[in-house]
Amino acid sequence: MNDTNSLFESAKLGDRRALARLLSLLEEGHASPVETGIGDSIGVTGPPGVGKSTLIGKLIDEWLSRGETVAVLAIDPSSPQTGGALLGDRMRMMNADSSDSVYVRSLATRNHPGGLMDCLTPMVDVLCACGWQHVVLETVGAGQSEIRVVAFADRIILVDGPDRGDVVQAEKAGIMELADMIVINKSDLPNAQRAAEAVKSALSAGSDTNTPDVLLVSAHNSTGISELVDSMSKLESSQDRERLRIRERLISAWDSMLLTSELLDESIHAIETGRMTLRQAVEHIRDNSD
Amino acid sequence: MRIVVAKPGLDGHDRGAKVIARALRDGGHEVIYTGLRRTPQEIVRIVTDEDAAAVGLSTLSGAHNVLIPKVCDGLREAGLNDVVVFAGGIIPEHDRSALQEQGVRAIFGPGSTTKNILEFLDMISSRKESSDPVGVGEEIGWYWSE
Repeated sequence: MNDTNSLFESAKLGDRRALARLLSLLEEGHASPVETGIGDSIGVTGPPGVGKSTLIGKLIDEWLSRGETVAVLAIDPSSPQTGGALLGDRMRMMNADSSDSVYVRSLATRNHPGGLMDCLTPMVDVLCACGWQHVVLETVGAGQSEIRVVAFADRIILVDGPDRGDVVQAEKAGIMELADMIVINKSDLPNAQRAAEAVKSALSAGSDTNTPDVLLVSAHNSTGISELVDSMSKLESSQDRERLRIRERLISAWDSMLLTSELLDESIHAIETGRMTLRQAVEHIRDNSD
Repeated sequence: MRIVVAKPGLDGHDRGAKVIARALRDGGHEVIYTGLRRTPQEIVRIVTDEDAAAVGLSTLSGAHNVLIPKVCDGLREAGLNDVVVFAGGIIPEHDRSALQEQGVRAIFGPGSTTKNILEFLDMISSRKESSDPVGVGEEIGWYWSE
């Protein structure tokens, strides 16, 4: 029962266990049973603690009430020291575990920059091919490596909150440039409106005329959720942002090639002993990798 | 190993479960924590969807004799016979053998160390490799002792 094709056939018929097994195999690097790139996904990212998982929990409710299905891939970092991971996103989406119209899967990054990326696209493809109408990638947007993850989504929503001073942080990390929509959560708290204004003014300062919409919601009070779902269904990316995402994906693929190269260790050693410069090592790996 | 750490039933105390979750992570495992007040059906669903190899059930409320067998039955009904079930919390000695007969492979109580639990999981891995029964739907008999 480990053949990806037969698991895919069962998964299409609604066998959740087969789907779960199949995603594990894809995570381990097995070839996808479906054509690459047929999937479509929405990335939800933002700093820790802004309420991404809670918000996704509310989005799930809204989609369910509309009779639609949703699959969530919740991505958290692995510990660089032990390789272990604590995946707690689904405790904020409790409502998800009783409906057949929701599938939530927690994923650890497993410290392979690029490694997770290799399996993310096939996972989204398989979920879409199995008929899940909405596929959401959730990731903490705290640094460059997380941006690389969310860049694999077809559209990106950045979630932020009031009083975080994070607007500048988000700009520094470069997530703002990738976002197709910005959601300010916790609109029930004071200063949410001000945070939204700050984001809007930061966006209008750029030269890009196709700036993303800024929405205020409260996942806690369930306000603005229905409007958010409506906006998401019409959400389109821009050419500029699509190009930026492709750029991030290309860098991921490049990193992945470098880190999985058989020549990596010998090149490091050569640099260490002074037999190669950094540039020579890059050229050595580039020219001799297959 | 992918491990679900779950809190079945109405018990509202999860400090212990969180300590275990963190210890398992530090032991190199991928831990999915469910949060409080989960029904046995929800726990089976989570183990299924996460393709977990093991599930740890933490109960402090005294309802272990009802809740833990329900999870074990649910896993077997879902065809997840190879999933390893272990338990922790306040489970009196005289209740333990009945739970072992349900397929629970280890019960950790006050005084157990996180090292014990990691050793148990190492033992599970080596038993799996040699195809010895460890799953909830596999032959009963082997049970972890410190």
